[in-house]
Formats: sequence, structure tokens, C-alpha cells
Amino acid sequence: MLALLAQASDVFTKPTVDYHALAPELILVGTIIVLALVDSWKLERARPVMSAIAGLGLLAALVPVITLAVDGTDRVLLDGGYVVDSMSLVLKALFIVSAYVVVLLSINYMAEGDYWESEYYTLLICSVLGMTVMASSRDLIGIFIALELLSIPAYMLAAWRKGDERSNEAGMKYYLMGVFATGILLYGMSLAYGLGGSTNLEAIGLQLADLGSDGVPVVALALLFTIIGFGFKVSAVPFHTWAPDTYEGAPTPVTAFLAVASKAAGFVALIQVTYFCFIVRSDVIEPIFFVLSISSMTVGNLIALRQSNVIRMLAYSGIAQAGFMLAPFAVASSDPALSLQAVVTYLVIYAAMNLGAFAVIIAIARRTRSAELEDLGGLFTYMPGLAVAFTLFLASLIGIPPLGGWWAKFGVFASLIEADSGLGWTLAIVMAVNTAIAAYYYLAVARAMWFDDVPEGTDTSPVRTPATLGFAVVITLIATLLFGILPQVVNDVTDFGLVALGG
Amino acid sequence: MLAQVEVSLTPTWYLVLAAMIFAIGAVGLLIRRNPLVMFMCVELMLNAVTLTFVSFSRALDDVGGQVFVFFVLVVAAAEVVVGLALVVAIMRRRQGADADDLSLMRG
Repeated sequence: MLALLAQASDVFTKPTVDYHALAPELILVGTIIVLALVDSWKLERARPVMSAIAGLGLLAALVPVITLAVDGTDRVLLDGGYVVDSMSLVLKALFIVSAYVVVLLSINYMAEGDYWESEYYTLLICSVLGMTVMASSRDLIGIFIALELLSIPAYMLAAWRKGDERSNEAGMKYYLMGVFATGILLYGMSLAYGLGGSTNLEAIGLQLADLGSDGVPVVALALLFTIIGFGFKVSAVPFHTWAPDTYEGAPTPVTAFLAVASKAAGFVALIQVTYFCFIVRSDVIEPIFFVLSISSMTVGNLIALRQSNVIRMLAYSGIAQAGFMLAPFAVASSDPALSLQAVVTYLVIYAAMNLGAFAVIIAIARRTRSAELEDLGGLFTYMPGLAVAFTLFLASLIGIPPLGGWWAKFGVFASLIEADSGLGWTLAIVMAVNTAIAAYYYLAVARAMWFDDVPEGTDTSPVRTPATLGFAVVITLIATLLFGILPQVVNDVTDFGLVALGG
Repeated sequence: MLAQVEVSLTPTWYLVLAAMIFAIGAVGLLIRRNPLVMFMCVELMLNAVTLTFVSFSRALDDVGGQVFVFFVLVVAAAEVVVGLALVVAIMRRRQGADADDLSLMRG
């Protein structure tokens, strides 16, 4: 027995671990442990410091991301299963900064609402850890673990207002749709594993390319199920039904987190499986993405038109924006680098402007106590700063230059037209029409704020916005303006060259 | 004497069985309204996935699929814990927790 073990230990070589490459994740793990320990040691007295620990932990995790970016070498761990390259670093920075803004949004909301604070920040960081892992995973197991690590805390966060039946309902709907999606995703992954003979994306891609026209039905089933699984996460039509109810019922900072970071993570997962593996079967995946993209932007926009609640309107508009982001996937094979750049650019700019919109809604709802459109009437007369900021974010979401949104849309249009295929042109036309429809409901909100009368009984005394909330609005506003006026900034960081290995 | 019927159990049998279990789970999740039964249907789907992974792992002689199964088991357990916690939170507020009762928000 011992001899056998000794023999085995000869074969086993300790893998070398590049701790610098893993530093952002390790710092997040450390933050989670510190949060849990401080919570169990100081109990209720820890509440005031928890948000500070979470925020500092996130900023600390950003430091190694920057040093890795300055260093600039691609680091490959676990036999190609975990890759730290320029793309994953940009996405990690996006997740960490978004989470930091969400922490800023949460501080007053959580403290004033008498919620469980310590656990809130712990779960939030757990979810962010899942996202950063997702940005580097190039292996089915890694992607699956990252997806669950970011989803399971999010189910709990959506139901955080335990005494409120709406929040319970939000959490339950999100949970049931989420686990259903997980089941479908896993079945697709199991078929992909069977076809590819490995859990590594690159190896699967090589096998799928070898299969050629053999076994198209099974290949289509594997790819379709995997894409559908992530389609739930990014709330693409027809898998969007959870999104509006969950967004409305969940606490608003959590809604911002789900609408930006969680959705971006779903897109990152799609990027990993599409550009590093499935792209070799563009005959199968491009029609799938074409249908998802067209239905998402059209259905999302048409339902958004008749919403009276601003958060619900943003939920449906988020579905439509997901459709815009899915469009470059449908022309991925013609120029992988260009379409990948379009998607990542859109993700970065969308995060800035959508987080900003939610930050303003949270600040406004401190006074109006609701996000109904009619309660926003005449907002400009008593909260001019917030009304101007909100108008800028809405204009950016429409895509009016010189705000960030126009550059995001420009990138998507460029990749669609550059592809010069039937799918590309159709998508570009549908997208142009949808952009015009979207302008109507975004501008309806702006009109209510600027021109409508103040509703009866509204307290119109000047409002003090908490410093953290104001800081969040300023950060996102600067980012939105910067990305629009100097698009070269975001363009340089999202220009990964031809990272697509399988293409 | 009866002729001996030779049936060799190829991986295909297991894959077909897994596909059937997956379909039962998916349909059950869509048509049943009791959250506990819906959780059971999710478990059926995940078990079908593990069966597929193990069959492929054996057929391909690759250990990756079996490693995947361990992760699926752990994640399934964690998911059910969260789901049951949500059911408990809802049951505290109201009697019964049918999925159809959760309809405050529509549109």
C-alpha cells in the first residue's frame, strides 16, 4: 500500500501556481473571509464598517489587475483552463469597478432600511468573485463554477427585503428560472463534452471543427442548449420573463447589480464559449444568435413602450440593449476581433450609463418613495442636478452623441456592416429601427422630469443627496461623458487583436 | 431451451435514458406548480446531466467528466439550500407557496 502511494507520489508533480495572476481573486477571497470573521466577532456593532471593508477590498483587488495589465504578458494556468490576458483583465476591472459603485449605492439604502448588512456585503463580494473567475475561465468546469458562484448569492440578494412579499417573489422567480437555465446549460455542456472529449474549450473547438457535417443534430443541440443557458442570464427574449419582476421586486442597488454586473457576466460566459470554441461551427451558432438578438431588441422595446414604472421600463430596455449586444455574435465568424471588440466596448459603456441611471433612481426615490413615472413630474424644479444627470444617462442609453452610448452603438453597427452578410444587414436595419423606438420611451421620462407639473402633495424642499450616492453618480457620469467624447480611451483597452483562438 | 439474447449495454443506452430523465425533469418543472416538486424536477434534470457526463467519461476514457460530476453534485446541494430558504421566507408571510400565488407583479 505504502509502496503504491510512494509510486504515485513520484508521478505527481506539484503544479506551479502563478500567484500574481490569481491575486485579484485571492484578494476577493480574503475580503470575504474578513467580512465573515468581523461579522461573527463583532455582530451588530460591525454594521457600520462592513461597507467600508467591502469597498476597500474591491479597490485592493483592482491593484493587481492594474499591475497585471502593466506587465502585459498573457498568463496561462491549469493547462489552458485559466487564462489571464488583456481581455480578461479589462472584464475583471469592469466587474470590480461596477461592484464598487454598487457598494456606494448600497450604503445608505441598506443602513436606513434596517436590512441584514454584513451578510449583504459578503454575498455581494462572493458574486463578484464568481464574475472575475468567469473572465478567465477557458474550461467548461471553470465556467460552470463561476456561473454558479455568481448566481447563487444573487438569488439571495434579490430576496433581501425578507418582509416584503414583492422581494420574496422576485427572489423566487429569479431562482426558479435560474436553476432551470442551469439544468439546460449543463445538459448542453455534457453533450459538448461528449463531442469534444475534453472539458477544455480549445480542445472541444478542435474536435467540433473536425466533425464537419457529421452529427449536425447533436452538435446543434449541444451548442443551442449551452447558449440558451446563458441566454437566461443575459435576459434574452424568449428567456427574459424573470427580469422585469425581479428588477422591480429586488432592492434597487441589487437591481443595479443584476442589470449591469450579472448581465455582463452572462455575456462574458457567452464570449468565452463563442469566441474560444463554438466559433468553428458558425453555421450552427450564427442563426441562433440572430434569432435571439432580433427577438430581444424588438420585444424588449415594444413592451418597454407601455411601462409606467421607471425601473420596469429600464428592465425591458435592458432586454433590448442585450439584443444590441447579442448582434455582433451573429456575425462573429467574419471578423472575430472586430465583433468581440464591439461586444466588450458595449459592455463597458453600458455598465457606466446603466449604473448611473440606477444611482439617480435610488437618489430620487429617497424623496419620492416610488419609481412611478407620474411621481417624477417636475423633478427639475426641486432636484435640478439629479434631473440633468438622469437626462444625460437616458440620452446616452438612446445613443445620442457625444455621450458614451453612441460609440457603443457605433461599434456594433460597424461590426454588422463590416460583415457584409445577409444576417449582418438585416440586424443593422432592425437595430436602427429599434434605436428610434427606444428614443420614445427614454425621452418620455425626460419630458416628465422637465415639463410636467409637480404631483400634488410632493415635498419640494431642497434634497440632500448622501455623499456616497452623489459620488457614484459623478463617477458614472464622468465615465459616460469620457467614453463618448474620447472613444479612443475605451477603444484602446478593448482592442485585443485577434485573441480568438479557434477562429 | 430459450435462446440466449445477448444485449450489450453500450453507452448509447445510458445516454438515451439520461435524455428521457432530462425531458421528464424539464417538463415537470414547467407544468408543476408546487415549489418543492419543482425542486425535485430540477434534481432530475441535474441527475440526467451527471449520468450523461459519466457515460461519456467512461466511453471516452477521460476523467474530466467524472470530475465535473462532483462539482455538479456540490452545486446542486447549494442551490437547493437557497431554494428551500426562499420557500421558508415566503411561507412565513403567507399560507401556501404555489408558484401561481407569486403574481403581485405583472406586465
